Amino acid sequence: MYDFAYTKPASLADAVHALGGADAKALAGGQTLIPVLKLRLNRPAIVVDLAGLGLSGIKVTGGTVTIGATTTHATVAASLDVQRAFPALACLAAGIGDIQVRNRGTLGGSLANNDPAADYPAVALASDATIRTNKRAIAAGDFFQGLFTTALEPDEIITEVAFQAPQRAAYTKFRNPASRYAMVGVFVAKGGQGVRVAVTGAGQNGVFRHTAFEQALERAWAPESLDGISTPADDLNSDIHGSAEYRGHLIGVIAKRAVAAS
Amino acid sequence: MPQVSLTVNGKRETVEVEGRTLLVELLREKLGLTGTHVGCDTSQCGACVVLVDGQSAKSCTMLALQADGASITTVEGLAAADGTLHPMQAMFREHHALQCGFCTPGMVMSAIDLVQSHPEGLTEAQIRHGLEGNLCRCTGYHNIVKAIAAAQKLMHHQQQAQAAE
Ligand SMILES: Cc1cc2nc3c(=O)[nH]c(=O)nc-3n(C[C@H](O)[C@H](O)[C@H](O)COP(=O)(O)OP(=O)(O)OC[C@H]3O[C@@H](n4cnc5c(N)ncnc54)[C@H](O)[C@@H]3O)c2cc1C
Ligand code: FES
Ligand code: FES
Repeated sequence: MYDFAYTKPASLADAVHALGGADAKALAGGQTLIPVLKLRLNRPAIVVDLAGLGLSGIKVTGGTVTIGATTTHATVAASLDVQRAFPALACLAAGIGDIQVRNRGTLGGSLANNDPAADYPAVALASDATIRTNKRAIAAGDFFQGLFTTALEPDEIITEVAFQAPQRAAYTKFRNPASRYAMVGVFVAKGGQGVRVAVTGAGQNGVFRHTAFEQALERAWAPESLDGISTPADDLNSDIHGSAEYRGHLIGVIAKRAVAAS
Repeated sequence: MPQVSLTVNGKRETVEVEGRTLLVELLREKLGLTGTHVGCDTSQCGACVVLVDGQSAKSCTMLALQADGASITTVEGLAAADGTLHPMQAMFREHHALQCGFCTPGMVMSAIDLVQSHPEGLTEAQIRHGLEGNLCRCTGYHNIVKAIAAAQKLMHHQQQAQAAE
């Protein structure tokens, strides 16, 4: 790892200021950034630790679950409030990585990183989440912009995320047993805005909404509704773990399981 | 150079580090606590797991500076001053839960966090699931799971006895 300066600001304003400098990088749980720095894929001059900003916490008001950016996956998974208001979200958080990753990794870090196989992007997209930053509020549909790419500007910090709890929802993940990331993960939700089906792990451009599945489930919320609807392999990922065709098939299987579990 | 102040196994330490110094490097190279191992250095194997304020964390995936003000427990901090092993260590020995021993410190630390965060008790399936962040190339895990099942009973008894005192 190349060396860098480290700072841990105590206020959001100071953190934004520090991130405005040349080659600055935010650090939350470090469960992605530190491995990336070890691989020398990134060379920040200064690392700005967000742990001192007081951005952790969970609030449930009506059907909205608002979670602070530096809240760990373990905290979300264990929260009785989240389990009650939006059980599929707690369940998703409980399935990220392993205990040690969940003890340190954060919601904001996961969304900002937008790994094409990460779990949180799926729930954000499927529950019409709003991602709040020091500058603005961004709808999940506008936030994710392709592989490891988001709407965030370099000095923009996610402060909290508001999820709309659907009436019915489930997340089913087909994990790569070695990395524990999703080979395919499907989040299905039926809420005030209608039906949402978000797919992670499979798309060449990261998380996406499966509109053909959404229309079918809008007509009838049942696994059988998805019979006969195939997913074209064109925009899907091929790697050593599975071909695009394999992932396309898996999306249908996993989506049905998710609907059945909802 | 920046300084980090933390408590390691009950002892206050202040150490000069670089920004890039990992917690595991601080423990092994600056403090000589080589019980914490580095197996992969890619956040996969769990040989480097320590407790940070009571929660298990991969010390190869944490900057030393992130641990400023924290209380760290490593495998060296488990046994009593007279050498009496922690129940988890004792049960690992009793149940032959190690062969080469390389993964063992991380396994023991993860297992302690797992038991402590489940006062209601863990099923075998929960123990296996809870060890996802720890790889062992020797034992096939079976005896590790047995050791943790046995240790959780001892730890819960100990806790109840302490609460009764
Ligand atoms: C072994 C292992 C297994 C994993 N398995 C999974 C898995 O199954 N599913 C999954 O989804 N993830 C998985 N992860 C990734 C994990 O969830 C990470 O914690 C997460 O992707 C990044 O969160 P972090 O808090 O660690 O962020 P960091 O690593 O600290 O930061 C990641 C990026 O986000 C930026 N950032 C962080 N916080 C903010 C913020 N508030 N505002 C703006 N930018 C910010 C940083 O600058 C950096 O670019 C795994 C990781 C490991 C090591
Ligand atoms: S050395 Fe830290 S996870 Fe392998
Ligand atoms: S005992 Fe050898 S790696 Fe686990």
